[in-house]
Amino acid sequence: MSTSTLAPSQESAVTRAVRTVLRSRELAIVIVLALLLLLATTRRSSFVLSADGWRDTLLAPSILLLLAVGQMVVVVTRNVDLSVGSTLGITAYVTGKIFVANPDTPVIVVFLAGLAVGAVIGALNGLLVTLFKVPALVITLGTMYVLRGALTHEVGSDRMNAQDYPAHFEKLGTQQVLTIPVLTVIAVLVVAAVGYYLHTARGGRELYAIGSDPDAADLYGLPAARRVFGAFVLCGALAGLAGVFSAARYATAFSGTGSGIELQAVAAVVIGGVAIFGGSGTVWGAAIGAFLLVTINRALPILGISEFWQGAVVGALIIGSIVLDRVLSLRRTRQLVEARDHA
Amino acid sequence: MTTLTPDAPQAERATRTYPAYSRGPLARLLLNREAAVIVALVVVFVYALGNVQYFDGPLTVYNLLKEYAPILLMALPMTLIIITGEIDLSVASTLGASAAVTGVLVVDHDLSVPAAALVAIAVGALLGALNGFFVAYVGLPSLAVTIGSLALYRGLAEGLIQDKRISGFPGALRTWPTDRIGSTQYPNIVLVIIVLAVLFGLLLHFTSFGRSVFEIGLSDEAARFSGVNVARTKLILFTLSGAVAALAGVYVALKSNSVATDTGSGFELKVIAGVLLGGVSIFGGRGALHGVIAGVLLIAVLNSALQLDGQGSEVIQIIIGLLLVGSVIASNFLPRIRALLPRRAVSPEVTTKTPDNGDHTRKVAQ
Repeated sequence: MSTSTLAPSQESAVTRAVRTVLRSRELAIVIVLALLLLLATTRRSSFVLSADGWRDTLLAPSILLLLAVGQMVVVVTRNVDLSVGSTLGITAYVTGKIFVANPDTPVIVVFLAGLAVGAVIGALNGLLVTLFKVPALVITLGTMYVLRGALTHEVGSDRMNAQDYPAHFEKLGTQQVLTIPVLTVIAVLVVAAVGYYLHTARGGRELYAIGSDPDAADLYGLPAARRVFGAFVLCGALAGLAGVFSAARYATAFSGTGSGIELQAVAAVVIGGVAIFGGSGTVWGAAIGAFLLVTINRALPILGISEFWQGAVVGALIIGSIVLDRVLSLRRTRQLVEARDHA
Repeated sequence: MTTLTPDAPQAERATRTYPAYSRGPLARLLLNREAAVIVALVVVFVYALGNVQYFDGPLTVYNLLKEYAPILLMALPMTLIIITGEIDLSVASTLGASAAVTGVLVVDHDLSVPAAALVAIAVGALLGALNGFFVAYVGLPSLAVTIGSLALYRGLAEGLIQDKRISGFPGALRTWPTDRIGSTQYPNIVLVIIVLAVLFGLLLHFTSFGRSVFEIGLSDEAARFSGVNVARTKLILFTLSGAVAALAGVYVALKSNSVATDTGSGFELKVIAGVLLGGVSIFGGRGALHGVIAGVLLIAVLNSALQLDGQGSEVIQIIIGLLLVGSVIASNFLPRIRALLPRRAVSPEVTTKTPDNGDHTRKVAQ
């Protein structure tokens, strides 16, 4: 009879941290991203090193970052939310409406309004998915149509333009603190908070458990419906926040704002190594995926690839990264099996 | 040790009798997804004929079929793919890529339309096969793969066309797909749709290949153990999907006499909405082709009637969305409603197979 006891690790905390980073699935895309930035900068130093280039490098991905993080939380539970693009469009427009009604509205109120509107939409999706036990893909495809239709119906050919947004709000779109854009700071804080919650909090761990085996989670007595509902509310709220970001950044909103961005958000999640069938992945991965997706579009022309082929490169990258994910997970499985057989 | 003996319960099972039962024709009709969609289609169509001005006009049905022909075409293979529990989000991008191939070959390289169409369809089949390879042989989730190829194939179309404007297809063949059959309200493309619909219908509902499509949808693993070549089946389905999307691309190019980088973009969601509305389960294992055709036509008729009624495209979007959500919720409750309704015992002594109502709901990833 063999005794197997778990001993505390003999390695130092630093060694363990390094080992964790080296083994992490996210490392591959970080390397791709770093190489991309490096190559683009050597070709044209202003890409990152100029004031504008530095700001754009950080600012451009901030909207998609929020969407990708929210989407990731939903995808971890083995669901998906296709309505985030419509939510973004609605909140960007609502932001403009608030300012038109009262130009002196404090910016914080507008941010909270965006979060609230998004959360309500997320709650609607969450309710439909959990109460009726209907596949999220179909439900959010439906709500995507309904919300976009409602927005178009309300807005028509009307559009919010720069003069509808007060100057201080518009400035916020490009404002920087210590050379780092404010919107990026907020987005990174959100990523950190959600990441911390998913990594450490009971509720966060339960989201993973629900995603990796819904039946088992149910049998074990996890409050699956409540957690999934919460994930949709969070995803909607972050999409709402992204709408406010979009209004601040572009100072414009019309009926088509954010249409099509839902697939980009899902793509960012997939590139970031989050399994589309739930249960694994990190918000860091999703965030880096969003970063990579946006940076590629800026970098390709500099690298001498015609802008017309960008879409193809992005597509190849998405497929490449899921293939890589598959290869890595197969290798991991094999190693685990070997470790078991030699134990 | 226990030895297995052919014991009594097994023998008993063989002769077990179930009471034959049935419901009234109306209940049966309303409890059947496909029949419900067809009824809805007929009701909306008849209502529109009587109440929407100009809906009974000479070109309404023609225009409606002309516009929805590509969606109808792509919905056929998509039905089979969704029944296996997979999905193909890249169909509209494949359509765009093949339209671009057709345009470049005909307008820039002076190839004849039929030759260019054949090349485009071959390219589409290849793009579909690539999806199929990743899904079936590499074992990747189709949702993720086809989000990738959605971007990739659209990117190919953009790369091929760049900022050129491709227009002006030569020859008499250009208008053939949209020419009307004699003096009827039907464009010629309807003939193509009918032929393909019959072929796909036969394939799905009357062949062993079709049975294996359903089996895979119910359980990949069980299908494999019962001797179904799951990987090959999926590869064939994705290849067919690519080829049919390419055919739709050639049609769209000829119909609009021009190709742009965004040709057909957004069609994938319309196709999927039509398939799901037609009663195919997103979990796989359940669905029928006639329901899907009715589902797409229902969207087309609603679209056309609302447009003629002076409603904007946003109302149509809202209605399609509500229909989609409502129909999925309704079909979720269907088994429960069915269980509540009384059954009439027809003859209690008849030996019969357990009726298969087709509600194979499974808890798996969507």
